[in-house]
Amino acid sequence: MSWILPPSASSFAERIDFIYYLILVITGIAFVVVEAGLIWFMIKYRARPGRKAQYTHGNAKAEVIWTAVPAVTVVVIGVLSGAVWKDVKGRNSVPPNAITYGVTAQQFEWHFAYAGPDAQLGTADDFSVRNQLHVPVNRPVELRMSSEDVIHSFFVNAFRVKQDIVPGMETVVWFEATETGDFQIACAELCGLGHYRMGATVTVHSQEDYGRWLDEQMTTTALR
Amino acid sequence: MRRLMATSVFLVLACGGGEGGDGGGGGAAASVAPLGNGTISGVVNFSGSVPANPTIDMGEEPECVEKHGGSPIDPVVVVNDGKLANAFIRVVGGLPAGPYPMPAAPATLNQDGCLYQPRVVGVMVGQTLEIQNSDPLLHNIKAVPTENRGFNISQPREGMSTSRTFTTPEIMVPMECNVHGWMNAYVGVVEHPYFARSGEGGTFTIAGLPAGTYQLEAWHETLGTQTGEATIGPDGTATVEFTFSS
Amino acid sequence: MATAAVPLDEATHAGSHEISFIRKYIFSTDHKIIGIQFMLMSLIFLLVGGILAAMIRWQLGFPNTSMPGGGILPETMAPGGILLPEFYNSLVTMHGTIMVFFAIMPLLVGVYGNYLIPLKLGAPDMAFPRLNMASFWVAVPAGILMMAGFFVEGGHAAAGWTVYAPLSADPEWTGVSTGQQLWLLSLAVLGLSSILGATNYITTVVNMRAPGMTWFRMPLSIWALFVTSILVLLAIPILSGAAIMLFFDQTIGTHFFDALDGGQPLLWQHLFWYFGHPEVYILILPAMGFVSDIIANASRKPIFGYHSMVYAIIAIGFLGWVVWGHHMFQSGMNPTLGTTFMISTLFIAVPSAIKTFNWMGTMWRGNIRFHVPMLHATAFVAMFVIGGLSGVFMASNTFDIYIHDTYFIVAHIHYVLFGGSLFAIFGAITFWYPKMFGRMMNPFWGKVHFVLTFIFFNLAFFPMHSLGVAGHMRRIYDPTQYEFLQPLQPVNTFISISVFLLVLSQLPFALNFILSWFNGAKAPDNPWDDNGLEWSVPSPPPHGNFKETPTVYRGAYEFSSPLVEEDFLPQNKKLDSDPEPAQAAGH
Repeated sequence: MSWILPPSASSFAERIDFIYYLILVITGIAFVVVEAGLIWFMIKYRARPGRKAQYTHGNAKAEVIWTAVPAVTVVVIGVLSGAVWKDVKGRNSVPPNAITYGVTAQQFEWHFAYAGPDAQLGTADDFSVRNQLHVPVNRPVELRMSSEDVIHSFFVNAFRVKQDIVPGMETVVWFEATETGDFQIACAELCGLGHYRMGATVTVHSQEDYGRWLDEQMTTTALR
Repeated sequence: MRRLMATSVFLVLACGGGEGGDGGGGGAAASVAPLGNGTISGVVNFSGSVPANPTIDMGEEPECVEKHGGSPIDPVVVVNDGKLANAFIRVVGGLPAGPYPMPAAPATLNQDGCLYQPRVVGVMVGQTLEIQNSDPLLHNIKAVPTENRGFNISQPREGMSTSRTFTTPEIMVPMECNVHGWMNAYVGVVEHPYFARSGEGGTFTIAGLPAGTYQLEAWHETLGTQTGEATIGPDGTATVEFTFSS
Repeated sequence: MATAAVPLDEATHAGSHEISFIRKYIFSTDHKIIGIQFMLMSLIFLLVGGILAAMIRWQLGFPNTSMPGGGILPETMAPGGILLPEFYNSLVTMHGTIMVFFAIMPLLVGVYGNYLIPLKLGAPDMAFPRLNMASFWVAVPAGILMMAGFFVEGGHAAAGWTVYAPLSADPEWTGVSTGQQLWLLSLAVLGLSSILGATNYITTVVNMRAPGMTWFRMPLSIWALFVTSILVLLAIPILSGAAIMLFFDQTIGTHFFDALDGGQPLLWQHLFWYFGHPEVYILILPAMGFVSDIIANASRKPIFGYHSMVYAIIAIGFLGWVVWGHHMFQSGMNPTLGTTFMISTLFIAVPSAIKTFNWMGTMWRGNIRFHVPMLHATAFVAMFVIGGLSGVFMASNTFDIYIHDTYFIVAHIHYVLFGGSLFAIFGAITFWYPKMFGRMMNPFWGKVHFVLTFIFFNLAFFPMHSLGVAGHMRRIYDPTQYEFLQPLQPVNTFISISVFLLVLSQLPFALNFILSWFNGAKAPDNPWDDNGLEWSVPSPPPHGNFKETPTVYRGAYEFSSPLVEEDFLPQNKKLDSDPEPAQAAGH
């Protein structure tokens, strides 16, 4: 049982996590106030012989307060969330220097397409790797995703990234990994009987390692 | 077509909605006596240059890679000494009218090392196809027929076995695993038991036939079909040869 | 406003007739019998849904082990007692479907819409009694169709209760065809039942209120059922239409939702959630209404801020139509819409807060009697607060990126639908049971049931928040397949055990319900000292309800009024100071 988010490894994760902790604090206060109040009232105003309840139909001032306070609070949450949303998922949020990869999801596999030697995705020299996404660290990465069959969802816990992949549409998502290592990709939208096993790995390389990996792949692909 | 086939609800309800796809079919044929004791034996040749089989990136399934000892190959076209394996041969003409005897044993399709064993399997209509999992991981088996009712089942654990039958002759019913996109098998559903798969050496035999002249067809997943003819004489044997080329 | 234009003579006259058993108890047009019929049906479905939940939790808590008793399931579901992934998906789908459509919704609307509206408004029956009978007898075949799906080839629907297309649209992706089609047909048929019911409830509330029962004297339970009925009438046809479209995709080769043939998968989501979010409020508003009645009764105080409670119900009902996009933040929908829907969604917090604080305000300086209904009503407030606050996390489109489709949403919906709606239903059942069956439920076993349910509910669902915070996806057959989920497995096991105990904790309730029917103490007319009109008639009320049409002089919450000695003042009790209400001209 923990309210702490797991370690993050992407550039915008901290901003998303901040929204979480902000809401956690606000709702935590509301939670304590209401539940403590309830318990207090339950004990204090329990029925006792000879007592009569106070005959009152309400209090306009109190009601205005507990209408206005939540209203203002949600506006604040909304404004702060909206700003992060715009930068993470907004229409033009993908940084211009992002490397683009193709993602094809199908029951129950991921195929990640890499630009070949011409560094252009969508050309004949592209190559594709099953269930393995390799990206460089500290560099924005754009995924152009499509599905062969049903709706899937690209989810990397550590990057705080999730995006549904809808057949017939190209959905785009981006992230920038800030730590090297292997991270798990999971499908987050029920996609059939193998859904629970539709996992993959994203390997974040240092810049040099990434270049080496890419070269290696291009040679083996060329050999084929 | 598949959608049109997809049942009237009330029909199914009226039938008491049986479970599974099992049972049904060839029960009546099981007691039929063999039609004869003649045998057709043959060989499937391959001429020309053998196309290279693709390698499979099985890295995500170490348990399977282990079974192959090195980089696994997808055995699409298997040729040994000019003989072609995994061709599916069946009698297509010359048979007396049915009913035909049901093969005694069920056919099996095993998932082993993230590949189907065998890649090509024949069943008679109503004969049980036993699908087995010898891998310690999830496979799903999706049958994508055009004439029969499709199914999509899973076997998440090693040692599982599921039985299915087919109701209509169909050459061939593709089987696929969606967890491992490279896995493909083909099930030939035939109305009689006179079919065979060519082995590693390209040979096959079809037994239990009365004397007579038979037309045969050989099918291969990428090389198409070939036809042949064989006549079983008084000695009860016949031979036939097919030749596929790239 | 015209009130009580009912030919009363005819109604009471009917009561004196000898009616055959079948007309009286099976094909009855009496709203009270129909309410009880809905109750028995939906309680059975509640049990079924609970058993499905326990099976789901077995797999999650103890993956790849043989489920006790699982051996009786056929090979296509659980060979060797170990659940198959495709069957697990069916379980997940059917647990949600049955609980939402066949348990909670009929319990709230079918049971209490039927039972309470005429009684609380002083009417002899519904406006359209035969339509009312039809609404139940249409729901029965819907239930049979839904259960039939478990027995057909290919298994039951397995695309989730939200049946997202194209997974649900094409048997190729699941192997399920007949099961999904039965599911769709069943819901289309059930939709008809709901529409018939809603038409009736709305008409009855508008036209059949007793003299003096002005809009703002109506109990909040009736207000909630009234607004709910409007939501049902407007929302259900959308689901029915979408279900029929999907049925055509499945059967006759249309491609509304199939992208590969020019359809649009997101269209399904828009249609489903345009129905689905009002549906969420259909599932909570009546609960809020019942709880308001119970809390005021138990606190012996007028409801705090009656008018704002009414406006909050209306506001929630309205907001329900403009927030559906929050289910689709990560769906590939235009991200700009995401912000719009976030703002509208967050504003639901406002009427919800009004209601919560007004309930607390009602208890404040009260003289609270902790009868069993009040225990459940208090639990409703306490749990609804958790469900409401956890909703804020998901309303934020930004944080929803992370917790969308995780156990956080599972926790949230269960805090709202179980912690909220179901506790309110237990409150309502125990509160109105004496009226419905003429017997008292055993209070001791009622308290045992409450305490056990409250404890195990929280042990089962509170830890799910932490699973969600750790990124645990929902609808996962075997979480141990993911390395990052493996450390969470002890939590899963803990939750599973709690769920089993939670299911077992319903045993005292079931026994209490059944045994009290036969052996409970005879219920007086007004066991809770309440003000509602239903308590002014015998328990159970006779056919036709009221000997003569009651006249209403005040609202339903005049508890501890200084005008009278007792701490309650029934709505129809005439004091010397009360003027006669203006009679409807045409009466």
